[in-house]
Amino acid sequence: MRRRAGRVALVVVLLAAGGLLVTGALRDTVTYYRTPGELLDDPGVARHRVRLGGDVVPGSLRHDGDLVVFRLAEGGHEITVEQRGTPPETFREGTGAVVEGTLSSDGVFRSDHVVVRHGNEYRPSSSPAVPVDAG
Amino acid sequence: MLGDLGTAGLAVGLACATLTALLWLRVALFGADARTARRGTAATLAAAALACALLETALLRHDFSVRFVAENGGRHVPLHYTLTSLWSALDGSLLLWLLILGGYAALLARRAYPLRLHAYAMVVVSVVMLFFFALSSFAANPFRAVSPVPADGPGPNPLLQQHPAMGVHPPLLYAGYLGLVVPFAFALAAPLAGRDGPGWVRMARPWALVAWAALTGGIGMGAWWSYAVLGWGGYWAWDPVENASLLPWLTATAFLHTTLVRGRAAWHGALACASFLLVLLGTFLTRSGAVASVHAFTDSPLGPMLLGFVLLAVVVSAVLTGRRAPEPTRPGRPRTLSRATLVLVHGVLLVTIAAVVLIGTILPLLTAPLTGTRSSVGPAYYQRTAVPLAVVVLLVMGVTPALRVRDRSAALRRLVVPAAAGLGTVALVGLLSRPGPAALTAFGAAGFVLTGLAGDLAHRLRRPGPHRRPGRLAGLVAHAGLALVAVGVAGSSAYGRDAERTLRVGETLRVSDVAVRLVGVDRTGGSGSMAVQARLALTASGRAARTITPALRYHAARDTAVTVPAIGTGPLRDTYVTLLAVSEDSGTATVRLAVNPLVGLIWAGGALTAVGGLLAAAATARQRTRPAARADRPRPDPVAAGPGAAT
Repeated sequence: MRRRAGRVALVVVLLAAGGLLVTGALRDTVTYYRTPGELLDDPGVARHRVRLGGDVVPGSLRHDGDLVVFRLAEGGHEITVEQRGTPPETFREGTGAVVEGTLSSDGVFRSDHVVVRHGNEYRPSSSPAVPVDAG
Repeated sequence: MLGDLGTAGLAVGLACATLTALLWLRVALFGADARTARRGTAATLAAAALACALLETALLRHDFSVRFVAENGGRHVPLHYTLTSLWSALDGSLLLWLLILGGYAALLARRAYPLRLHAYAMVVVSVVMLFFFALSSFAANPFRAVSPVPADGPGPNPLLQQHPAMGVHPPLLYAGYLGLVVPFAFALAAPLAGRDGPGWVRMARPWALVAWAALTGGIGMGAWWSYAVLGWGGYWAWDPVENASLLPWLTATAFLHTTLVRGRAAWHGALACASFLLVLLGTFLTRSGAVASVHAFTDSPLGPMLLGFVLLAVVVSAVLTGRRAPEPTRPGRPRTLSRATLVLVHGVLLVTIAAVVLIGTILPLLTAPLTGTRSSVGPAYYQRTAVPLAVVVLLVMGVTPALRVRDRSAALRRLVVPAAAGLGTVALVGLLSRPGPAALTAFGAAGFVLTGLAGDLAHRLRRPGPHRRPGRLAGLVAHAGLALVAVGVAGSSAYGRDAERTLRVGETLRVSDVAVRLVGVDRTGGSGSMAVQARLALTASGRAARTITPALRYHAARDTAVTVPAIGTGPLRDTYVTLLAVSEDSGTATVRLAVNPLVGLIWAGGALTAVGGLLAAAATARQRTRPAARADRPRPDPVAAGPGAAT
């Protein structure tokens, strides 16, 4: 009987430790997908890192030093994105893109990571892809 | 024509699988002759083989009236990649899945086991086959006709036409996944089989070992493929699909270890079931479009069917293995440092890692309907949870050589030198460089494990006896392989350096002592694909320059560009050059140069680990074929026999 109680206590302790480990680790490692409309409604959501998805507005793409500047649009809302670093070769005007970063107080989304999207056949059709380069 | 034949083949397969399941059930319930049921299993395999052969024929003959060929074939695709197209998209890969599953079923049917246990296990395998035939026929039939018939197809995804490993990696991975169906089937059969039930673990173990070795090889090869093809210089991104392959590996590893000690029947059943359930869950995650991943297949109607089957399998497993058989109490006080304790600690750790990875993988799936926002769990989560636990597992692994010694002080003495070596590694590496705490502990743990294993090996070679047989060394080999993988992972993540810049012709990009100078940019146009490549002169540590040509290849048929990295492999480090972009006038090229130390150890260690699994499988198979010789020998003391067959 005593052994059984001890065993139960051990399992409870282990579960509690595991729960703490997981919740602690999840705290700032979850990034949410947002649309330009959501960000414009509530800029507070982008104080932490978020992923912003939309279509690259044709004609808006320009290079500014090592920055790549373009506008992402979805559902009639548009946000200017400043991307540091070269976007992957699949990144083009008029196509969908997902960038990762934060919204600055001046309303420009500063991104340091364009999430790679691969061919149409090999990913879910309606959702943005997970980054290849996440490390 | 081929299409109709294929559809008919799938229907025949479905009928055969249904009939076979019933025939085996008859054997199990009424003790009928197993010969007919065995024939049924063979016929099911034949149907799966026929379906695969027909689709391969359609691909090779460019028969674009078949939907799968119209979507994934192409006249411009080289022969090797036309052959591998079979598993380059969802519907075709299900046929390969069926073929391998049918192969396992046929092999299992031919062996001699206690009749009722065997028959119930075959019922389980046949039902799994039945389900996947149904999935292939109703939800993902690759043979459906297309009209009008296109003149040409786009070919498989360009990323899947870049590396010859595409021919080996998916079949190997599937062989690993599906091999786990056998321990699962035995675990479910045991509670039903009455007196035949106990002892199933011994029969399931060789199958689990083969599956585990294939899975290890498949995961390693997948990492290598990702490194060589995706162009970001890494091999593991904690992507849902990668996690889906790691999860069953973790529980299967735990199963192989817990089955080394007697008792703990509840663990055995739970782990055997969990391994295959995680395979099914992974199939659901990657093939239903439920999670977003670079590797995932497109949205498909498979989701609900697969999810239903996963849930059904979970319920059945829980009901059948939940009823615990009373465990025989073992006489005597357990040793402090006994195998049983160590195996328990190890099992708890591996299951915890699996749970943590599972939570991270399916959390976005669970929170999306609740919060209405899609989310993704970043690699940092896994680095904080799974990685430290993996280092602890490594440390536990380092204790195994001490188990071969009976008395406790002698056992602890065995660990003194390895522990000193581990601490020495930490001190030395920490003084010479600053790799960060995680990598530093990993180096230390690997030093501890490898020194211990070397000592153990020396000890065994000094004295003649059965402990020198390859089978007994299997665990040692697998453990050494994993320690090498740990060194490779820690080294490449701690000491990897990279830089990215836009170069004009003649300019140089430098990372530590490696430099690349842009010599020129060439454009080549071909039918269906255009390529632009940068000619770069690479000099490493003052040696003569050599020319490398990373490229960007544009596939018109799929309107996608893929990057082809130039990888220079050395014994201690790789140089990894990717072409990211080229200006329109070909005057500049944006290049990423990375120096990845010790990555070679990851592939070598992975291969060694898989070899360890195969050695153990071969040894258990040999033991089984010579039961007489085994019975003559006195049973070796479980501790003195050591972790020989461990993996």
